[in-house]
Amino acid sequence: MTATTPLKYRGRGERSRGASLALHGTLIVASVIAVFPVLWILFISLGPSSAWQQPHEVLHHLGLSNYRFVLLHSDFPKWFRNSLIVAGATTVLGVLVSASAGYAISRMRFPGHRTLMWTFLVTQMFPMAVLIVPLYNLLAQLDLIDTYLGLILVYCTIAVPFCAWMLKGYFDTIPRDIDEAGRVDGLTPFGTFWRLIVPLARPGLAVTAFYSFLTAWGEVAYAAQFMSSDHSTLAAGIRTFASDQRADWGSMTAASVLIAIPASLVFLLVQRHLVTGLTAGGTKG
Amino acid sequence: MTTATMDDPAAGTAARPPREPRPGLMTSIRRSWDRYWYAWAMIAPVVIVLAVLVFYPLGYGAYLSLTNANETNVAKDIGPVHIGATYHWVGLHNYWQVLSGRDGDFYPRLEWTLVWTVACVAITYSIGLGMAMLLNRKVKFRLFYRLCLIMPWAVPAFIGVFAWRLMLNSQYGVFNDIITSVGLPAQDWLGSPLSQKIAVIMVNIWVGVPFMMVALLGGLQSIPGELYEAAEMDGASPRQRFWNVTVPGLRPVTSTVVLLSTVWTFNMFAIIYLLLGNNTTGDTDILVTYAYEKAFTGVSDYSAAATYGIVILLILVAFSTFYRRQLKPEQA
Repeated sequence: MTATTPLKYRGRGERSRGASLALHGTLIVASVIAVFPVLWILFISLGPSSAWQQPHEVLHHLGLSNYRFVLLHSDFPKWFRNSLIVAGATTVLGVLVSASAGYAISRMRFPGHRTLMWTFLVTQMFPMAVLIVPLYNLLAQLDLIDTYLGLILVYCTIAVPFCAWMLKGYFDTIPRDIDEAGRVDGLTPFGTFWRLIVPLARPGLAVTAFYSFLTAWGEVAYAAQFMSSDHSTLAAGIRTFASDQRADWGSMTAASVLIAIPASLVFLLVQRHLVTGLTAGGTKG
Repeated sequence: MTTATMDDPAAGTAARPPREPRPGLMTSIRRSWDRYWYAWAMIAPVVIVLAVLVFYPLGYGAYLSLTNANETNVAKDIGPVHIGATYHWVGLHNYWQVLSGRDGDFYPRLEWTLVWTVACVAITYSIGLGMAMLLNRKVKFRLFYRLCLIMPWAVPAFIGVFAWRLMLNSQYGVFNDIITSVGLPAQDWLGSPLSQKIAVIMVNIWVGVPFMMVALLGGLQSIPGELYEAAEMDGASPRQRFWNVTVPGLRPVTSTVVLLSTVWTFNMFAIIYLLLGNNTTGDTDILVTYAYEKAFTGVSDYSAAATYGIVILLILVAFSTFYRRQLKPEQA
């Protein structure tokens, strides 16, 4: 009788053992599906360079030879540095610009206010395929082809509209009384924004930073078309490991793992804020 | 109403500017400048960057779609020799070619794009909601599960896609080993058009679920617990609580994430392109990848690619306008 407590005696929030098992079972299966491909790459990368053809052999030949090759005998470190510069600058610039725009839209009413919100949404819809050819010509005219600045600005156009849209929603959840208080104490609107609102909006900003960083870190098409080999980023450079002539999947897996590490670190730093930051923005469309 | 001439930036925070008799054009420009310069200064960087790098190229793309530009007739430099552009204006010819179905590719591509978008968004949303509801309960190791489940979002998409490509390989891929061990027949996943389609949808769902899950989890947490208690008091079954408390409570988040993910999926370039590479018959191309191929493979057909791009944009703008209008009465 005690093992199968009748339903009506069960307290709030408690579960029968069966339900609990089902819950954990589902979560475990889902987690495995989510994590498996990533772990699989890690696993293959630790084998010899032909490991992807004989996964069973990996355990007998564990080693770091793929990593050694990628780090010492390829252009990987150069690409890594390029990516770090581009993604870092995109994040800083993207967060600053989208925060100030988001704040202006959230707190101030001005002509063009609605248009701007609408623009941010519509910008998400622009297919990269239309933009890429004219954008290439434009950057060539401005002498920005094959420069970090050019790519950073292009990435900002991808990241900023979404970030500003989300931050506007986040700022809306911060009480206006705080602004009033700042104003009374003699701060300018920008001072209010910078000294009072930005520190309070940390969860929202963290998500924005995460999104901008990942956008820049993982973008392929623009990077591949705009940058020459000296300035190419990881996403574009890594493809040369798996060219049609010579598919070096071993190096590719090792490089993938190394690329995923910074992205995951950024992710771990912000994941605490991810839920609150994202929703506040999402709810206020 | 004299405040308009005062140099008071705070006035910008006031509600809508009150109506007043129309002054001369210059005066009204100066007045609104005095009143709004602060807000405009704060949005200026975004507006300038978007105008130069998005709207100018868009306008240029729209112009190209009205010409017959392709690789053979655009301006180019061969060594020191500059060859001028020789393409010319063709009016709406390209659009007519596309929309009348005369190029033979538009409607099949559109059909698959719609199937792809609806399937991906619907399944991703359902799984995301399910996971969010499981994670919203009190459960041991919740943080651990959450970290695992967000993993596909944390690694860059091209790496996730690459992992799947390795796993789906028909000869050596581990995915076939897994499904045969469960008793399902092995497939040449990246071989035939149908299995390619299933594979790209599967990978896109894998990549897309974490975003949905996190957004919906936040939405669930913002539904006050009292609502559930009240519903329980009134004797609502779990199913009734789901439909009458959870679903309406999630509506604002749902409307946003569904709109965003529809747009993103419709334009999803990376997953299809990277998973299948050149190894396709063209059946798996959605409109965006098709346009990209027009622009960059063979003799680049810039005008056709631009036409497709503009058509895609118009479809999405029409959809989102319609979607938001549909939602408005219920949201108010």
